Amino acid sequence: MDFIRPTSLAEALRAKAEVPEAVPIAGGTDVMVELNFDRRRPPALLDLNAVGEIAKWSEVDGRIRLGAAVPYVRVIDELGDRLPGLAMAARTVGSPQIRNRGTVGGNLAAASPAGDSHPPLLASDAVVEVASVRGTRTIPITEFYLGVKRSALEPDELITAVLLPPADGPQQFSKVGTRNAMVIAVCSFAVALHPASGTVGTGLGSAAPTPRRAPEAEDYIAGELSALWQSPAPLADSVLRRFGELVGAAAQPIDDVRGSAAYRRHALAVLARRTLGWAWHDYCEGRVTACA
Amino acid sequence: MTQMTRTSNPPLTTPITGGVGESPLRPDGALKVRGEFAYSSDLWADNMLWGVTLRTPHPYARIRSIDVGPALALPGVYAALTHEDVPGQNAYGLEHIDQPVLAVDVVRYQGEAVAIVAADHPETARRAAAAIVVDYEVLEPVDNAETAIFGEGVPKLHEGGNLVRYVPILFGDQDATAEVVVSGTYEVGMQDQAFLGPESGMAVPAEDGGVDLYVATQWLHVDQQQIAPALNLPQDKVRITLAGVGGAFGAREDLSMQVHACMLALHTNKPVKMVYTREESFFGHVHRHPAVMHYEHGADRDGKLVYVRAKMFLDGGAYASSTGAVVANAATLGVGPYNVPNVKIEGWGAYTNNPPCGAMRGFGAVQACFAYESQMDKLAEAIGVDPVEIRLRNALSEGSVMPTGQLVDSAAPVRELMERVRDKPMPPARTSEVDIRTMPGGASNTTHGEGVVRGVGYGVGIKNICFSEGFDDYSTARVRLEVIGGEPVAMVHTAAVEVGQGLVTLQAQIARTELGVQRVTIQPADTSVGSAGSTSASRQSYVTGGAVQSACAAVRAEVFDLARERFGVSDLALEGGKVVSASRGVLADLSDVLGDRAVEHTREYRHRPSFPIDPLTGQGNAHVQYGFAAHRAVVDVDVDLGLVRVVELACAQDVGKAMNPDAVIGQIQGGSAQGLGLAVMEEIQLSGAKIRNPSFTDYLIPTILDMPPMTIDVLELADPNAPYGLRGVGEPPTISSTPAIVAAIRDATKLALKRIPVRPEHITGT
Ligand SMILES: Cc1cc2nc3c(=O)[nH]c(=O)nc-3n(C[C@H](O)[C@H](O)[C@H](O)COP(=O)(O)OP(=O)(O)OC[C@H]3O[C@@H](n4cnc5c(N)ncnc54)[C@H](O)[C@@H]3O)c2cc1C
Repeated sequence: MDFIRPTSLAEALRAKAEVPEAVPIAGGTDVMVELNFDRRRPPALLDLNAVGEIAKWSEVDGRIRLGAAVPYVRVIDELGDRLPGLAMAARTVGSPQIRNRGTVGGNLAAASPAGDSHPPLLASDAVVEVASVRGTRTIPITEFYLGVKRSALEPDELITAVLLPPADGPQQFSKVGTRNAMVIAVCSFAVALHPASGTVGTGLGSAAPTPRRAPEAEDYIAGELSALWQSPAPLADSVLRRFGELVGAAAQPIDDVRGSAAYRRHALAVLARRTLGWAWHDYCEGRVTACA
Repeated sequence: MTQMTRTSNPPLTTPITGGVGESPLRPDGALKVRGEFAYSSDLWADNMLWGVTLRTPHPYARIRSIDVGPALALPGVYAALTHEDVPGQNAYGLEHIDQPVLAVDVVRYQGEAVAIVAADHPETARRAAAAIVVDYEVLEPVDNAETAIFGEGVPKLHEGGNLVRYVPILFGDQDATAEVVVSGTYEVGMQDQAFLGPESGMAVPAEDGGVDLYVATQWLHVDQQQIAPALNLPQDKVRITLAGVGGAFGAREDLSMQVHACMLALHTNKPVKMVYTREESFFGHVHRHPAVMHYEHGADRDGKLVYVRAKMFLDGGAYASSTGAVVANAATLGVGPYNVPNVKIEGWGAYTNNPPCGAMRGFGAVQACFAYESQMDKLAEAIGVDPVEIRLRNALSEGSVMPTGQLVDSAAPVRELMERVRDKPMPPARTSEVDIRTMPGGASNTTHGEGVVRGVGYGVGIKNICFSEGFDDYSTARVRLEVIGGEPVAMVHTAAVEVGQGLVTLQAQIARTELGVQRVTIQPADTSVGSAGSTSASRQSYVTGGAVQSACAAVRAEVFDLARERFGVSDLALEGGKVVSASRGVLADLSDVLGDRAVEHTREYRHRPSFPIDPLTGQGNAHVQYGFAAHRAVVDVDVDLGLVRVVELACAQDVGKAMNPDAVIGQIQGGSAQGLGLAVMEEIQLSGAKIRNPSFTDYLIPTILDMPPMTIDVLELADPNAPYGLRGVGEPPTISSTPAIVAAIRDATKLALKRIPVRPEHITGT
């Protein structure tokens, strides 16, 4: 197995074009597991750890450009105020060791339905920036996930960044696992309030073959909130419940060793109702962002 | 022969002091914390080969043919062996010799070893094993214990049928009736020991035609007894040295890679190392028996027990392992630490095609305790008293008689243990200030208090300490006292296995106390000294502790003889490196008295005998000593999501004598955590006799965020029969924490919860 260690993005893209089967490695927290379990025997590893361009974040044209190789620990420490949903999700990833190494780019490329980054990226209408020697393109997050562990990334492309607006309203993320830390999501849910546009974004994890939004729930709650953005008032329990039901209905979960489909649907409804309640409460209290 | 070999850790000599009753640091502690301790997976010889096992993917199948040709064709492969290459008897086992070293014409569980390969690189060995072609005729597996024994048309998995052992316990009037009757069926899922150091070791061929094996195990001599016949070698040509053990909990009592590595080493004439992968480890050792238990309790209006009747089915899986003893424990301890005048308990251990089950901390007592404690809570409710009160009214005590007819002849402070956990202050109620890490769901941010209900539950359990039913249960210690560098040094040599519990610390403490020296060296455990018996059944402090104490006493007696000759006094003691007379004070330095003499004695220690139980009535003095612990659990349950956070565990346990108080606390915390795991998350999930979650991704054990703070009361009520009065510590806390936690979840949810582990679905009903 070859080990390629480019020191610039241009070099990395050339290497990926030359050897499209080369497997990129960022934090390695997915890749190394696959190699150790002999699930994958790539001819080459393309180490992205010396590619400085993708290991930083910046604010560009009112959007956060989060480099693909920025580890979770930095998302938590440096972006908790601007990307609270993503930071909350990052906080639930694995253990401190995993958060020190693991990246959003790696989570995206792995495209596991259980990846914790996906729900908040969906809820915030993120855009994935990918590049190859052929050029750079952006992929709306809803078009990025194609199937279980399959994404819209072409063989010669690398993920360079995700672009997303800084929070314009409260955001929440919540995940169910059968222990209190270091657990893969049985199901997860993210919600983002967008007072400026009068909309609400959602994201569901471990709920279907791909991470997905719950459009009907979004439409329903946008309708319910339309009169309330200007004069916030507590939401009726029935509204929260209806929102939860619609989120549950948007799921297409499976029975597996981590939980039953029925439980997942039920739990998603609970998470949706609770997280919306917390986010709306924060909005009413005049808090734009919230971190639990 | 080898350039560089790492086989075991050096003898443990550290400048640590501290005798019996103190808590000196562990001599292996710094090495372990620094990552310098050599575990069995760190073994190394320069020219060694790597051994790998080919396992069947089928729980039940006939083997039509095995072709190792494709494996041997790979460069770097030195051997590919099947049952045809087993030099001796192709069978081993702890109680029944029923398990083949390598499968012959049938495989009886998923993961059973079919062939072994040695190659110059682990990757090559793995590929070679995968290249072996096995032609199977796949059969329908038997995956239910009760059906295996009583079902019609069920295939016989072994010649004698599918019953491993039936144990009835008949006591008093079997037809007794009572005013208040509660009944229930309880189920325990298959728990795994989940040790961190996978099965591993290295076999080195010796010039005398024998083999030296370095391995992580629990009982060197029982390994030797099983390995030698399989290799067709006399026992003394199979020399075993303990390699660093990364946890055991019962899972290393049975053989895993021992014979395989030796076969490959003898065949290739090279050292062969084998290390199971994490996934393989789930197939490489026995698990805790899953159980289905039907119970009926009858009591009078005051809640005094009149009778207990129970039928319990324990699934032993494909091979017997220690199923017989596990069933006997479940049955003989099946009513719990209570006075019951009339008992009828029947326990069955079955062969199925599920993964083999055997020893795990608590050993049959765990399963029974979940059932009888659930029943006691039910009875409390039926009578209308609280759960502690019902236990107090029926509590066993010294002088009580067990359903086996055995008199409880030393401390049995069940009442006091219950009262102590009851009287602990309750943890504070939740405040409105939310720290999600303390909530059900923890860091995952699932609740800020919504749906959270608090519950409190109690559990108390009983465990037999040491091996039971007439087993000749002994340990051997060799102690040598000599002057090294001007100082008296005691050397302690046993075959007793340190699995992380701190036995090496304790052996040195005993030597310091008995010989009045500071410096003690603990030799690596190996088979050049007599058997120490198993590191299990909470027995090593008792039995090996007893052996070290008596070997020290023999050494001391000889030193006294020397001193008597020289000083003409006989009121002697060894203290602080001096020989002291009660009447004349310090007589001399111990090193003076010893001179260049080495005083060495080897002693065997046996606890008082136990006796077999009558196979028809279950009557007999089966057990040596009983251990007791009680727990109170406080939990918060998110009733909407079915998530549980254990808020606090209080435990009280009688240990007879806290030989090393810190180590005692460690055992109670660790045991309680393992019981917590069984209560709410730990289960090997099976489907059609196949394991669905052979990984630490999906076999979850508690993290530090799942384990709550504990308050612990340690009682020291000496047992006059035991060395120093001690009572085995390791297992009791595992037994009672599970039912206490489940009772607390029931208290919060008002659900019946008949199965453990309790899953979120059981609480939400989805
Ligand atoms: C113990 C443990 C616990 C875990 N817990 C969680 C958890 O709670 N939640 C969760 O979501 N995940 C979890 N994971 C999975 C993993 O940590 C995450 O998916 C993480 O985000 C992966 O990031 P990485 O940088 O380590 O990816 P890597 O392992 O380096 O790569 C992952 C995949 O992405 C590809 N890749 C990486 N960077 C790029 C790029 N820039 N362009 C194109 N392709 C790229 C790689 O080729 C590979 O296919 C856990 C893993 C472990 C080992």
